[in-house]
Amino acid sequence: MTTATTAPAPTVHRPATSGPSLARLTEVELRKLTDTRAGRWLLGVIGLVAAAIVTVQLFVLDDPEQTFQAFFIPSLFPVGLLLPVLGILSITAEWSQRTALTTFALVPRRGRVVVAKLAALVLAALASVLASLAVAAVGTLVANATGGAGTWAFDWQLLPHAAVFQVANALMGAAFGLLLLNTPLAVVSYLLLPTVWSVLAAMVTALRRPAEWLDTAVTLEPLLGAEVTAGQWGRLAVSLLVWLALPLAAGLVRVMRREVS
Amino acid sequence: MIEVDHLTKRYGPQAAVNDVSFRCEPGTVTGFLGPNGAGKSTTMRMICGLTPPTSGGATVAGVPYRRLSNPGREVGVLLDASAQHAGRTGREALTLAARTMGVDRRQVAAKLDLVGLNEAAAKRRVGAYSLGMRQRLGLALALLGDPRVLILDEPANGLDPEGIFWMRGLLRDFADRGGTVLLSSHLLREVEAVADRLVVIGGGRVVAAGDKDELLAGAGTLVRARDPHALRSTLDRAALPATAGTDGGFLVHAEPGAVGQAAADAGLVLTELRPAGAGLEQLFLTLTAGTSTKETVQ
Repeated sequence: MTTATTAPAPTVHRPATSGPSLARLTEVELRKLTDTRAGRWLLGVIGLVAAAIVTVQLFVLDDPEQTFQAFFIPSLFPVGLLLPVLGILSITAEWSQRTALTTFALVPRRGRVVVAKLAALVLAALASVLASLAVAAVGTLVANATGGAGTWAFDWQLLPHAAVFQVANALMGAAFGLLLLNTPLAVVSYLLLPTVWSVLAAMVTALRRPAEWLDTAVTLEPLLGAEVTAGQWGRLAVSLLVWLALPLAAGLVRVMRREVS
Repeated sequence: MIEVDHLTKRYGPQAAVNDVSFRCEPGTVTGFLGPNGAGKSTTMRMICGLTPPTSGGATVAGVPYRRLSNPGREVGVLLDASAQHAGRTGREALTLAARTMGVDRRQVAAKLDLVGLNEAAAKRRVGAYSLGMRQRLGLALALLGDPRVLILDEPANGLDPEGIFWMRGLLRDFADRGGTVLLSSHLLREVEAVADRLVVIGGGRVVAAGDKDELLAGAGTLVRARDPHALRSTLDRAALPATAGTDGGFLVHAEPGAVGQAAADAGLVLTELRPAGAGLEQLFLTLTAGTSTKETVQ
């Protein structure tokens, strides 16, 4: 262990190297999503859950209803529940594991790191839609072989809707993570939020109308269908402004200013 | 080159770092000494742009750290060896940094080899590392971008004596080839052995700074001869003020060079000649007396 003491020559003149591009940082952040056991488990569970839902559909749906679309839509929902957790962890792990010390020493422009993390999450969310398509395709093939309808009819409008659904879910998680910078706090408050809404809306009549605009469980739901009206887009935009854009902006300010130790 | 200019950090009314200024020149190792809670780590975090200073500033290679375009290629930073994701392998931690800095992937293996982490260790998760292994990994991370400046907070922590000796050689070599090293420690012996210059901090303030030899000279010279009586009279004749120790040695208020010259002129055989016994330790204790109790958390 004591033999190799030759440190690199510090005197050699080198032209100043430019900093990492956003694409490079995004690649690093994607790698961070998958290079720990916890991360791989989470991604594995997301895939398994999608597959499990399709399997359940094979048993509970009547034969004529076993279509590609009928497999695809329900698989989005549980994945959409787990993507926010991925989003939260991608942010909060830097603080709980204290890797922020290294990350921000290498990239002092913290905003770039956050943007790269968000970009990595968008890609992960889009990949999850592809995974949903894949498990739905497998389900359809199995249905075909077992006497179900197995038809491939698919309303292509569903695809962008599913993409928006999953991207919004992942980014909302990231926004909560940025705002709270604490894994348990962010996970619990994110998962509790819809419940709080439904309980409050059930108890307080005056909250029912605002809930239609602010409860993301309600506003995201139309995306699971092929038809989304302008009014529904509007409500979705308002709810995402409140639960995505605002915490994201506040969290960004917090991360930029926070002492890293 | 590191320049620290009137750095101050207040947490509420308490000043963790108070008007700290010093310079680290290329080709030197600067020992940054102080008791726990003296403000060493806070100062280093401020240099690296991780903690915003209340006032003052710092530059590395002439530029504020946060404006370096690719800091990993200029400055190697090891602030806390434990600040690694427990679930990543040592190699993966370095690979992420290498990708971020745009460093060739082969450098990962080279630097792991340099710090003495073998193939088996590199494949293990950092959570299973001992503190000494984490320090080695942290050093590999700091050296990964072949920087010209190293900023290391307590890098000897957790290393075994062999590891400390090895690291001393590595840092000396790095500085001798024109690199700048800022190294904090409360292990006085470690710093005394490797540093050229010292900055001693206590209670958030610089209490002493300068050339190591000059600072140590202030503490006098310890000298011992085969014939103590002859030594005594020689010292008296040379007008070197000396006090006899309990064990036959003398503490002389002069540089070792002057004492040695006097002994050589008189043809005396010396058995020991060095900067005074407690050396830096004594200096350190006197300079920081009373400040270590005001230990602050962060």
